[in-house]
Amino acid sequence: MTAIDPSARYRRREQGLMLLLASPAVIVILALVVIPVGWLMTQSVYDNGFTLEHYRRIFSEDIYWRSFTLTFRIALIVTVMTLILGYPVAYAAAHVKRPWDVLILSFVILPFWTSVLVRAYAWLVLLQRTGVTNQMLEGLGLISEPLALVHNELGTIIATVHILLPFMVLPLYSTMQKIPRELMLAGASLGGGPLHSFLRIFLPLSLPGVVAGLTLVFVLTLGFYITPELLGGGRTIMISMVVSRNVELYNEWGAASAVGVVLLVCVLAIFMAVGRIIPLDKMLGQK
Amino acid sequence: MRQPLLPRLVFGAFVGLVLLYLILPLLIIVPMSFSATRFLTFPPPAFSLRWYAEYFGNPAWMQATRMSLLIGVLTVIVATPLGTAAAYAISHSQTKLMRSLHMMLMLPLIVPIIIIAIGIFFIYARIGLIQTLTGLVLANVMLGLPYVITSVVAGLQSFDKTQEMVARSLGMNRFRAFLTVTLPQIKASVFAGGIFAFISAIDETIIALFVSGGQHQTLTKRMFTALRDEIDPTIASISTLLTAASFILVLLATSSQKRAAG
Repeated sequence: MTAIDPSARYRRREQGLMLLLASPAVIVILALVVIPVGWLMTQSVYDNGFTLEHYRRIFSEDIYWRSFTLTFRIALIVTVMTLILGYPVAYAAAHVKRPWDVLILSFVILPFWTSVLVRAYAWLVLLQRTGVTNQMLEGLGLISEPLALVHNELGTIIATVHILLPFMVLPLYSTMQKIPRELMLAGASLGGGPLHSFLRIFLPLSLPGVVAGLTLVFVLTLGFYITPELLGGGRTIMISMVVSRNVELYNEWGAASAVGVVLLVCVLAIFMAVGRIIPLDKMLGQK
Repeated sequence: MRQPLLPRLVFGAFVGLVLLYLILPLLIIVPMSFSATRFLTFPPPAFSLRWYAEYFGNPAWMQATRMSLLIGVLTVIVATPLGTAAAYAISHSQTKLMRSLHMMLMLPLIVPIIIIAIGIFFIYARIGLIQTLTGLVLANVMLGLPYVITSVVAGLQSFDKTQEMVARSLGMNRFRAFLTVTLPQIKASVFAGGIFAFISAIDETIIALFVSGGQHQTLTKRMFTALRDEIDPTIASISTLLTAASFILVLLATSSQKRAAG
């Protein structure tokens, strides 16, 4: 049998070989993602036998409810902020001449690959009571008392927007780059003003990037842990922190698992809903 | 299609401010790391190498750094071949099963890490992998695989697969054909994927918080604890070094990807 034999037997063998090649990676993911998550799911309905008690608790007790609403509120604010800040940056990167586009993109990509811990530290330096921002505002005479910019929800949001902005800019940029310039010129030649062409031609064509960016940022914020833990001042308890506290402080595996499962269901539901519009691998390929 | 000057200026200023917001936190840590005082005042009243001396002179920080580097290197050694093999399979097979497996391999990017972390914590506790090098490397291989796979799949997309076919029809076996014909042409994507897996392993914090410790404590776990309890300015010097290192690595990875594309 030669390499280009088109017979069915050859194809079957080829497929078997491909599965074999993928199997080591698949086993790692099975062992370290699928099995642990599956185990959490069973824990969430188990307490000396099947029970929905853990779920009943998280849907009835105030602390859980407050944490979920806080997390969704922060995710919404962060998503809107990244869109407002990110859209113009992506637009600029897609329209300026070399080397300016490279410069803009490197400003976006460099923080992307910087440790989240490093950035949390930097924001502590910038935002604390005697930090750079407060000193500058006081120096300019704009405030007389230092503002509480960190160890609260505001600090968490400022740092989270910073961390997730690249996840908005990169999908936007890759979509905008593919929009043919001629379309805008055609719009202009037909008498449309710049704003008109933008709203009627460019904006609609950039929507797939907007949807991808919104989804990524929203979903990633839902799972944020380190930033609220370090910048939230112990009062901004997001869902991930509830999961970790239940395990670390109270050894409450049932509750931790149930909260984790609810979080996971939210994340997967959002990805699946959006996946009907944009293929998931397109969305994740932006990294 | 030139727009009037004023809106362009306002737009440019806005973009400039956002870029400043992006880059400022990375820039601020450099002068902080050379500060002579314990306090987070900016600009520092005097400069010194005190916090670098503190970092390099502290055996606990050094031990954690060595551990993180070791984990990073071992992760790359395991994740790169595994991810490359999977990427080869993904780009050579269009079956439904392979598409689902591809999705599954991307799960570490989708599932919130905290959920994976506590699941792994529990499983490791049962099989005795808590606070072990093996456990930490395995977890980081899992997190690094999506980066290697994404990078290599992209590399294989622009590679003309008939070349490997030609080599095989001339009598080379498949593995040799891959090594001598395909791999040299996609090596830049493989290299970039490996670097991203390395950076991801060095930066990984959440799983390490649960499963690292004792002698096998990672740099990020120590940093996290130092930041949560009381801000130790040594963090500034470590942060500066880490940022410089990831800057160089990202530069290497992206220039390698560019060469692959060009």
